[in-house]
Amino acid sequence: MENAVLSFFQWFWNLFGLWDPLWAMIEPVWPLVWVLMKIVAIIVPLMLTVAYLTLAERKVIGYMQVRLGPNRVGPMGLLQPIADGMKLFFKEVLVPSGANKKLFLFGPILAIAPALAAWAVVPFFDGGALANIDAGLLYILAMTSMGIYGIIIAGWASNSKYPFLGAMRSSAQMVSYEIAMGLALICVLMVSNSLNLTEIVRAQDRGWFADHGVGFMSWNWLPLLPMFVVYFISGVAETGRAPFDVIEGESEIVAGHMVEYSGMAFAMFFLAEYANMILVATLTSILFLGGWLSPVGFLPDGFHWLAIKISFFLLLYLWFRATFPRYRYDQIMRLGWKVFIPLTLVWIFVIGSWMVSPWNIFK
Amino acid sequence: MPMDFKTALFYILSAILVIAALRVVTARNPVHAALFLVLAFFNASGLWLLLQAEFLAIALIVVYVGAVMVLFLFVVMMLDINLERLRQGFWNNLWLGGPIAVLMVIEMIAVLSARSFGLDAMPVPADPATGYSNTKALGAAIYTEYVYPFELASVILLVALIAAVVLTLRKRKDTKKLNPSEQVAVQRKDRVRIVSMPVEKD
Repeated sequence: MENAVLSFFQWFWNLFGLWDPLWAMIEPVWPLVWVLMKIVAIIVPLMLTVAYLTLAERKVIGYMQVRLGPNRVGPMGLLQPIADGMKLFFKEVLVPSGANKKLFLFGPILAIAPALAAWAVVPFFDGGALANIDAGLLYILAMTSMGIYGIIIAGWASNSKYPFLGAMRSSAQMVSYEIAMGLALICVLMVSNSLNLTEIVRAQDRGWFADHGVGFMSWNWLPLLPMFVVYFISGVAETGRAPFDVIEGESEIVAGHMVEYSGMAFAMFFLAEYANMILVATLTSILFLGGWLSPVGFLPDGFHWLAIKISFFLLLYLWFRATFPRYRYDQIMRLGWKVFIPLTLVWIFVIGSWMVSPWNIFK
Repeated sequence: MPMDFKTALFYILSAILVIAALRVVTARNPVHAALFLVLAFFNASGLWLLLQAEFLAIALIVVYVGAVMVLFLFVVMMLDINLERLRQGFWNNLWLGGPIAVLMVIEMIAVLSARSFGLDAMPVPADPATGYSNTKALGAAIYTEYVYPFELASVILLVALIAAVVLTLRKRKDTKKLNPSEQVAVQRKDRVRIVSMPVEKD
């Protein structure tokens, strides 16, 4: 792909006869420029997806509640996210007088940075990852566990009651569900014998069903069905979305850590939350639903399959929000510690015994 | 001699690590101190990455930054720490603490400096072949060669965990603990009694 991009640039700048002097200037730093271009190619579509996910959320929940949702800005309300973005962009960022100013402004940055950094190892198609590193899954775990600092610091630095309560709730909730998530991932890496996300997808392309043209039966969701469910529910809890949204809990603590924020500082938290939602949906598709693989043998693999799978999980997020009432806090803790963690521990033993038995299908 | 990129990176990471570690001790605000500790962990993890120990580096972030320090911050933010009281007696104890600190620095220099560390006895390992996985090698070592020490360590940790729970466990009479499965199993007849009454006529 690098060569294709290079030859396109060569063709384009040769139209003006500028290619040779330009290339002489760029060649020493070309690897850096290439990586930067790939980063832009990931971040820009991601931010657009975030923008239109907010619209989709309002539309979908609107239809589920027999309303129309936003329909005034542009055709069918399609320009609504742009209008929202412009509004947030031009609003003043207020800093409360009693707040710790530096940390108050540092919080949103700490929220969004890991949410974007985690995308570095996600493979979009075969070989289509920014960094195809060996310990990709570990890297993702490390990055998602960092996201919590933004919330905690924002909650503390605001010097206000509700944000602080939100920060306390989020730290307890995210640490609890991270354990269940990590244990569910252990099952995945046991059966795929790798921590590399590309390898994990390729491992799902092998098996009796994949050889007989029904690849979707070979994906990890079937042998690891309980882990699939646990992982996605933990992911919903980890991103603090309904029905686990006690961090924001607008009817109890107004908006949690975001109460004192306005303008772009608030928008950063918003972007981070939605980027994390898309990340969890992507990871669930890659780890359990075969990433870019086609479900049936006669259709070609490709990025579009990953996009379809991600959209499905994002729809589930919205569906959950429209359907379930918010969990009580003690029930969230109970579900995490007393249901998910024992279940994942037992399933690790089940998978381990299966793999050493003669009926091992993961080879 | 111009430094290569790795050496430059090493010096940058080390400098930030040392400054962050110093600020952990000197910061006036305990929350700032905890955040500087997070920064120190980050740079230490960067140093390990330079040594091509990616599993240990990422595990440091996952365990210490992602879990331990979060709970640490949780506690530090809840406490009302009076710095004045903590600083009382600093000068009174300096005559004992100062020399001990100096002694420890001298000992560490003696052990860890290049001359006595024995770098010649432990040469730089050869560049690993492509496809070599640090994580796999570490797993193989832990679960075959060192399986008994590893299991022993995990049992000790388990005992510590249970001990911590038992030490803080207290039965309170006034908790309004609910049993969710009982709540779910409630039938209408448990809660509602329909009484049929004859109409009272005036």
